[in-house]
Amino acid sequence: MEKQEDCLVIGGHAFHSRFILGSGKYSLQLIEAAVQDAGAEIVTLAVRRANTKEQENILDYIPNGVTLLPNTSGARNADEAVRIARLARELGCGDFVKIEIMRDSKYLLPDNAETIKATERLANEGFVVMPYMYPDLNVARDLVEAGAAAVMPLAAPIGSNKGLATKAFIQILIDEIDLPIIVDAGIGKPSEACEAMEMGAAAIMANTALATAGNLPLMAAAFKDAIAAGRKAYLAGLGRVLTRGAAASDPLTGFLHD
Amino acid sequence: MENQFFVDSEKLSERALAKKHQLEQDPTSRKDPMEYFPDMEQIHSPVREKVIAAMEAYDYDSYTAVDVRRALNHETCTVEDFKALLSPAALPFLEEMAARARLETSRHFGNTVYLFTPLYIANYCENYCVYCGFNCYNDIKRLQLDAGQIEHEMKVIAASGMEEILLLTGESKTKSNVSYIGEACKLARKYFKNVGLEIYPVNTEDYRYLHECGADYVTVFQETYDLKKYETLHLLGHKRVWPYRFEAQERALRGGMRGVGFSALLGLSDFRRDALATALHVYYLQRKYPQAEFSLSCPRLRPIINNDKINPLDVGERQLCQILCAYRIFLPFAGITVSSRESAAFRNGIAKICATKISAGVSTGIGDHEEKYTGKDEERTGDEQFEICDTRSLEAMYADMAAEGLQPVLNDYLYV
Repeated sequence: MEKQEDCLVIGGHAFHSRFILGSGKYSLQLIEAAVQDAGAEIVTLAVRRANTKEQENILDYIPNGVTLLPNTSGARNADEAVRIARLARELGCGDFVKIEIMRDSKYLLPDNAETIKATERLANEGFVVMPYMYPDLNVARDLVEAGAAAVMPLAAPIGSNKGLATKAFIQILIDEIDLPIIVDAGIGKPSEACEAMEMGAAAIMANTALATAGNLPLMAAAFKDAIAAGRKAYLAGLGRVLTRGAAASDPLTGFLHD
Repeated sequence: MENQFFVDSEKLSERALAKKHQLEQDPTSRKDPMEYFPDMEQIHSPVREKVIAAMEAYDYDSYTAVDVRRALNHETCTVEDFKALLSPAALPFLEEMAARARLETSRHFGNTVYLFTPLYIANYCENYCVYCGFNCYNDIKRLQLDAGQIEHEMKVIAASGMEEILLLTGESKTKSNVSYIGEACKLARKYFKNVGLEIYPVNTEDYRYLHECGADYVTVFQETYDLKKYETLHLLGHKRVWPYRFEAQERALRGGMRGVGFSALLGLSDFRRDALATALHVYYLQRKYPQAEFSLSCPRLRPIINNDKINPLDVGERQLCQILCAYRIFLPFAGITVSSRESAAFRNGIAKICATKISAGVSTGIGDHEEKYTGKDEERTGDEQFEICDTRSLEAMYADMAAEGLQPVLNDYLYV
């Protein structure tokens, strides 16, 4: 039997890696090493950061062959996100866009309502839209309706490295939404990335967890392994976990005869 | 020990000198600092009362090492924790505070450090603020750049690679009116990605106009939150109206600006109380305007032309570092700017702990960028507001920050 390839498909594009790498919190010279050691095929970057003159443009540091995922950070509502996405296209960042709309400068929590509006408008303009959102099932369904190519719920506040604080709600999205669920923000450790993948997440996005590590390329490699392990475990089907005691050797229904 | 601020210029007329002396010596000759001028908008915000009440109740000597330890053990920093971190009891914990501050900075900003430069376009001033080189009684060369001169300066700065500019004026509403500043903003938008303003406080509608002209950030230094002290330092002019200045950031946000900057000028009054008030000013406004971006500066007093004795008194580098670390731990999301008033060694060090923004290629004079950048003599220049300490160019700063393991960033901003 021919082994079927396990790909992440977003908006008709297939990727082998399930690790999406952020680029905004560490030195430009490290981006290439991080991409290589993470085996990442998608790298996010802030359009506002790419909106620079010739000197040290972050775009110049992203290796060829990597799919750019420009984000709309800095947008405070749907209008601004749409404008930033269009600028990303003009800057040559392609058709992918990660919508980030924040009305809170302290926690940088996404504004779900504005995100739905921006998703609809940008999907209509032909973008492959990947909205960053607070994990709410109704909102996720609206995003599907609006034309999103994936849904990116947060695990914990961005930059917090707090892990799967919203685990139960992410699981609901994984169970109920037919698009890839990509866990974004808050993942601090490879073990947490692995856990999310075991749950059935389609991919993991991380930035701060790498940026704050002692050795960035090594941490990138650790995430790569953890994500691959979690994916394999998900595909293999996790064994049961007993909540208490051991399995009863005499089944309760052993008396049934026909 | 107190600073000796009063300096008489020989060029002042007898009448001007008499008025100056009267303002300095007779408090009843000065306007009530709580009374607004008729053209000043009043917005009735509760933020000021909250900040000042907390500042007045702050007894920093009552905090002990136990309070500081508790604050450092908390995952999030409460107002009480912040008060402990600002207290003298926290000074022995400076290294630990720095480690915590560095962690918060890296979580929120990674290893990036933003570079910008200020551009002074005029130094005329109608205020008498006794510590400031631009004060109306100080004998300095005054200059206001016209549109052509502003554009020339901007070209010189832009050619150095700079993408963010902070436009400054002295506080003269007649010489440098809002439409003059608006025109400067429009020019700046041509050459720079990001335009900030540090001008006299204006009404909401004026902030809205300046935003439409291209500015998106407004910084206003309160100088000191201690009204009694403020009254003895800002003797004449619009700046004397203390509450109008306090409410400037709120008006700027209502006028559509993306972000606002805050600061006390350390060395004017009790620096711990001023630092507390500055941070609480941000804290309460952030709760009211959660979408806005906030930043803090931490300037210390510097010598000025005609008075080289002005100094930051009891605010040493250790104290400054303590305040900045406490700011970072309490307000991890806020930008922190460290001025060229500080030495290169201090700025290199603090950028690795908690500063996120550093100026480079700085002149606090008027129309002298070509002279300072290329050595070419310029015919007419205006004098500096204060002496700077760190004179590094953009190129040197970029290289030095990279050598410290930081990623210098020239722009991370879009005008939308």
